[in-house]
Amino acid sequence: MKRDIPLIITFLTGFLCVIAFFIPHPPFGDLQQRFLVWYAIVAGFTMILGLDSLVKYNVKKITQHKPGWQYSYVLLFGLALVLVTGFQSWFKYNTPFELRSSFMYSYIHIIVPLQATMFALLAFFISSSAYRAFRARTFEATLLLIAAAIVMLGRVPIGEMISDKIPLRSDWLLNVPQLAAKRGIQVGVYLGGVVMSLRIILGIERTYLT
Amino acid sequence: MFQSIFILGLLAQPPANVAAFDTPNDEGSSITVTWEPSPADSGNLFLFRGYEIYRSDTPTGEFKCVGFAAAGATRFDDSNTDIQDGQEYFYVVRALTSSGHEDSPVAGPVASSAQWFNTQRVNVLAITLLISALVIYYIRRARAGDRLFVRKIAGLDAIEDAVGRSTEMGKPILYSFGLSYLNEVWTLASLSILHRVAEKCAEYSTRLLVPHYDPLVMSAAQETVKQAYAEAGRPDLYDERDSPFLTADQFGYAAGVDGMMMRERPGAVFWQGYFYAESLILAETGHSVGAIQIAGTTSVEQIPFFVVACDYTLIGEEMYAASCYLRPDPQMLGSLKGEDLTKAMILVFLAGAAVLGTAGVLSSHFFDYNGLNVLFENVVQWFNTF
Repeated sequence: MKRDIPLIITFLTGFLCVIAFFIPHPPFGDLQQRFLVWYAIVAGFTMILGLDSLVKYNVKKITQHKPGWQYSYVLLFGLALVLVTGFQSWFKYNTPFELRSSFMYSYIHIIVPLQATMFALLAFFISSSAYRAFRARTFEATLLLIAAAIVMLGRVPIGEMISDKIPLRSDWLLNVPQLAAKRGIQVGVYLGGVVMSLRIILGIERTYLT
Repeated sequence: MFQSIFILGLLAQPPANVAAFDTPNDEGSSITVTWEPSPADSGNLFLFRGYEIYRSDTPTGEFKCVGFAAAGATRFDDSNTDIQDGQEYFYVVRALTSSGHEDSPVAGPVASSAQWFNTQRVNVLAITLLISALVIYYIRRARAGDRLFVRKIAGLDAIEDAVGRSTEMGKPILYSFGLSYLNEVWTLASLSILHRVAEKCAEYSTRLLVPHYDPLVMSAAQETVKQAYAEAGRPDLYDERDSPFLTADQFGYAAGVDGMMMRERPGAVFWQGYFYAESLILAETGHSVGAIQIAGTTSVEQIPFFVVACDYTLIGEEMYAASCYLRPDPQMLGSLKGEDLTKAMILVFLAGAAVLGTAGVLSSHFFDYNGLNVLFENVVQWFNTF
């Protein structure tokens, strides 16, 4: 019974969503949107669980003096600061998202630059992984190196200065072999998604039920 | 110049053949109005500003403006919330020119209604029924005792080795869902893989770290790990705090997981879920700490990054096949076989369409015959409706 009820709920929800896709007439038409609203409400409440988990994890690190425990103080301080500025801005401007508010100030001047910094690191990681991938030790790696060199040269003005054919070859590589491989994978992903959904709706796939 | 503008302004004419009809394949409360462009609608925004659409309950009553369509438009969907199904309405389309406006004759009456079937989705229904029928057929065959072959998936076979290696090195294991949410199919597929990894971790008494981006996924993953530990007979090893929520911010999550990897130095890392630009930041950090990495994602854009940076990568559908591969019972394998046959049929269809397209071009070039080209265009249009 403990397993049957979730399976029945899953079946009914999945089946109704499939029906709603083909029947626009009420009450089916907006069922999927309604389910998504329910999901959003549940997800909103689970944010409290997330907060609880984050605090517990960092308190544990501090009390047990685990490696990097000092940073947990920074995290907890940041968490408290965002909460305080959020509530303060809410009381002062009726919304925390007012551009003049302290909450938005901390978002624009602290969080956004931090996000940009992490994103900027990607350039260094691309260089190190490209170095490993393009070492021409096998036939495939050599092929990859040649293709990558053509594509990269085709994207910058110097490529066209070397030869006006390089941008054309670059476009061909992107539009023919690359796109064909990408679409092949996508067909598999979509079909796999449909069949996985079918397994879940029919109750064959139960691993997610614990 | 000014003279011609003046003349065009004077010659402004209303749009012709205005028609109003119930919007097809919708849930009601919507009426579509179509028209042929006004002769003054020449594409010059200075001379012709666009169309205003007016609605009234009676043909002679007061018409209320319900929307605006830019110059060049020939259609407007009136989906305002005040439209009631079954109530008759009348429409007028006003052409707005630089010198004034002209109204079309009244169109209507028309009433909106909801449809019981979306006829534009017949193709999707057909392919869904076909896939379902094939899957159910192969499940029945598998249940009847037919042996079904599944090819080796190296990434899944390597799970045990990865956990064993970590155990020997005395290091923990890290598992990430990326930026997945619980309402996505790949997250459920990833939960199956997590279950197997957690079972092995419990068996070898190895610590399993699962940092999260979404609290709902966190709850599901914590339950999955707890269950796996219990099934392996080691519920005492489970610690909820090893499966923490980090943040719901993309790069904040990447920074958090990177920090965790640098401090804990995991011996094996599993990237199983949906990833965006942070994929390479994570995988390269995993590589720098010397972890064996097994990735799996359905994000086509991120697959190359994982292929380059990780030891094994489950490409696209292999992730969905993981649960069948790890628990090869007849029902699961049957569904996999059904999927494969559908894929084979799509491949045959694509090959046939390619031959038809090529034959169309050749016949048009050498024999001046366009029939195959037209047939190919129809096939492409039909396929585009999916």
